[in-house]
Amino acid sequence: MEHTEAHSAIVSPQGTWWRPAGRQEKIWVSIAFVWCLILFAMMPFWHFKGGQNPSGIRAKVNPQDFAARVEKFIADYKVGEDNGVAVVAPPPGSHIYMAGQMWRWYPVLKLKEGAQYTLHLSSLDINHGFNLFPVNLNFQIVPGYDYGLKIVPNKSGDFRVVCNEFCGIGHHMMVGKVVVD
Amino acid sequence: MALVTALAARSRRCDVTGLKVDWHAETLIKVNAVVAVVCFLVGLVAAFGLVLTRWQAVHLLPADLFYRFLTLHGLNMLIFFIIFFEMAVLYFAGPVLLSARVPAPKLGWAAFGLMVVGVLMVNTMVLGGKADVLFTSYPPLMAHPLYYLGIILFAVGALVVTCLFFAALVVAKRERTYEGSIPLVSFGALTAAIIAVITLLHGAAIYIPTFLWSLGVMNMDPQIYRMVWWGLGHSSQQINVAAQVSLWYLLAGLTVGGVVLNEKISRMAFVLYILFISMASAHHLLVDPGMGPAWKIWNTSYAMYLAVLASMVHGFTVPAGIEMGQRLRGYTRGAFEWLKKAPWSDPGFSGTALSVVIFGFFGGITGVTIGTEQINIIAHNTLRVPGHFHTTVVGGTALAFMAVTYYVLPLIFRKRVRFWGLAKIQPYLFGLGIVIFAMSLIFQGIFGVPRRHWDISMSNAPFQVEYHPAVQLFQATMGIGGLLAIAGGLAYILIAVATVFFGRPFRLEDSHDRTGVPQGIWNLPPQVHTGAAVAAVHRRGSPGTIVLIGIFFGCFVLYYFANWKILSFLWKVG
Repeated sequence: MEHTEAHSAIVSPQGTWWRPAGRQEKIWVSIAFVWCLILFAMMPFWHFKGGQNPSGIRAKVNPQDFAARVEKFIADYKVGEDNGVAVVAPPPGSHIYMAGQMWRWYPVLKLKEGAQYTLHLSSLDINHGFNLFPVNLNFQIVPGYDYGLKIVPNKSGDFRVVCNEFCGIGHHMMVGKVVVD
Repeated sequence: MALVTALAARSRRCDVTGLKVDWHAETLIKVNAVVAVVCFLVGLVAAFGLVLTRWQAVHLLPADLFYRFLTLHGLNMLIFFIIFFEMAVLYFAGPVLLSARVPAPKLGWAAFGLMVVGVLMVNTMVLGGKADVLFTSYPPLMAHPLYYLGIILFAVGALVVTCLFFAALVVAKRERTYEGSIPLVSFGALTAAIIAVITLLHGAAIYIPTFLWSLGVMNMDPQIYRMVWWGLGHSSQQINVAAQVSLWYLLAGLTVGGVVLNEKISRMAFVLYILFISMASAHHLLVDPGMGPAWKIWNTSYAMYLAVLASMVHGFTVPAGIEMGQRLRGYTRGAFEWLKKAPWSDPGFSGTALSVVIFGFFGGITGVTIGTEQINIIAHNTLRVPGHFHTTVVGGTALAFMAVTYYVLPLIFRKRVRFWGLAKIQPYLFGLGIVIFAMSLIFQGIFGVPRRHWDISMSNAPFQVEYHPAVQLFQATMGIGGLLAIAGGLAYILIAVATVFFGRPFRLEDSHDRTGVPQGIWNLPPQVHTGAAVAAVHRRGSPGTIVLIGIFFGCFVLYYFANWKILSFLWKVG
C-alpha cells in the first residue's frame, strides 16, 4: 500500500490511522520483541544454571529474636576480638549470623574457602545495606526480615562489609569484616 | 452567550502554529514553568554541595548537611521541578494543542496554590533539619509529620491538574475544537496523565499511612513501605518518560518537520507504558528479603519487558521520523545527509537529539541491565544506580524540558531568548557534563562504591576500606562532569529568568533580526506532506536510523552479557 500522506505529531490524524506498519518498523519491533524475551528468559535460566541468585531463605523475624540468635551464635563459636568486635569461626555447612545496627556490623566472620554457609542477615533498627567489599555482593537489609543466603567464598582474603543504605549520621562508620582462609 | 464572548476574548491565535491559545492555559503554563525553574535552582544549589562533598579530594560539607542537601536535591529535582514542568506540559498538550479552553480555570489556580504550599512545607522541614530521611524516607526513619503532609498536598494539587487535563480533552471533543483524532503529542501526554493518576494513587496509599504513622496512630512495615513507596517512586519516572517522549515528538515536528512513521505503532508503544508501570517497583526490591524470585522476575521485567519494548520502539520511531522529515525537506543524499544538515545550532533540536541519545543509549542500556534480578546483586545501592538515573531523568527528561523551553519562551511567553549564543551551547554543556558525571558514577559503582554516602574513606570506622586506585580517577571525572552539568543548569536558569523578565518581545513580523528565536519558529517546517514525494520517502525508509539503531543494539547486547560474565566470577550465593 502506498503512503501519500505524512504528518507531524502535533497534527490531528484524519480518518483511519490504524494502518499496517512499514517494513523497517516491523523488523525492528520484531527484533526488539525477541530481545525482550531473551532478557526475560535469562533470569529463570540463571536460577537453574547460574551460581548467584538473590532468592535465599526469607522469613519475618522480630529484631529482639534475631539479636538473641546472633548472641547465641557468638557465644557458640567466638574465637577472639578484632577492634572490639567479636570474631567467630563457625564450622562449614552451618547457619551463620550477622546483624546490622546503627552503626556497626557484628560479629566478624572467619570462614573457610570453598565451604558453604547459610548467612542470615537482618537489622536491629532501620534499613541497612550489605555490601561485601571488594567482591561487590549487595543485599538490602530490612528490619523485621531475616535474609538467609547460602554463600560459598571462592577466594581467601580479608573482606569488608560496607553499609550502603543511608542509616543516619554515622552511616560511614558502619564497616564490618569477613575473613576467608 | 455573554460567557462565551468573554471566554473568546481571553484567547489569541498563535501566528506561528495557527493554534488558538487560551489565556488561562497560557498563564498557567507560565506560572508552573517559572516555579519549576525555581525548584530546579534549589536542586542545583544542593547538587553543587553534593558533588563537591562526594569528591573526596574536596569533601566540602559536614555529614549532617550532606544528607540534608541530598534529601533536598532529590525532592526538588525529581519531584518538584519535574512535576511542575509536567503540569505546564499538560496545559499545553490539552487546551493549547487542541485549541480548546481550560475548563474550571479557578481549580487550576487552586491546584497550583496547593502544590506551592506543599513545596514550601517540605522544603522548610528539610532545611530545618526535621526530615533528614532522604528522598525515600524508608521507615523506621521518621520525619516531621508536616513533611509527609506537604508531599500529600503537593500530590493532591498534581492530581487536580491531571483531572483538569482529562476534562479539557472531553470539552475539546464536545466543542469540536479539532477534527479527527487527538495529535500524537496529546496522546502521549494523555498516557503520562493516566500514569500520573496511577502513580499518585500509590502515593496516597503510602504517604497517608506514613503520615498517620508519624503521628503515632498506626504501625508501618518497612518492607511493605518499600514496595508501595516504589509504586510511587518508580512509576513517577514513567510519567517522565511518557512526557519526555511526547516532547521528543513535538520538537521533532517543530524543529525539522519530523513525521509520525505510523500512528498505530507509536500509540501502542505509549499504551504499553500504562499497562506495566506499577510493576517497576520491583526494580528496587530485587535483593530485598521480602519477596521471592517469581515475584521479582515477573515484576522487574514489566511482564516480559513490554515497557522496555515500548521505549525501544520510540527510540526508533523518533529518529526515523526526524530522518524522514528531513528527507522530505530535500536532504536525501546518502545515509546521513539528513543528520549532518540538521539544525544543530537550534537548542530545541540539539537538546532533543541529546536527550534521545542520553536517555536511550546510556540510560536504557544501563537501566535494563541493573534491573535484571541477579545482576542487581552487583549494582544495588552502589553508585551504578544514581549513575543510571542521572542519564534517564537528567540527561533524558530534564534536557528535553530544557529543549522545549527554547520554543516555549517565544511561543508562550512571546519573548526573544536572552543570551542566545549561550543558549545555543547550553544543551551541549549540560548533556556532556551529565554524561561524564553519570558514567563516572557507574564506573565507581562497578568497583562497589556506595551511593548515598558521605565519606568513602570511612573515617572512624573500625576497619579500613581501600577502594581500587581507579576510583580516584573516576572521582575526579565525576567532579568535573558534575560541575559542567551544574554550569549548564545555571546557564539554563539564567537564560530562562532573563528572558521571562527582561526579554525583548517576539513578533513574527520582525524576522529581519533572527537573534533569540529558534529557526523552527521563523520557518516552521511543513507539518503535513502529501503526494508522490511521500510515497518515495516511505519506500526509501530511514537507512541512517537503521545504522544508528544497529550500533545501539550491539552495545546493548554486549553490555548486558558482560555483566552476566562479571557476576559469574563472584562467590556463589543463593
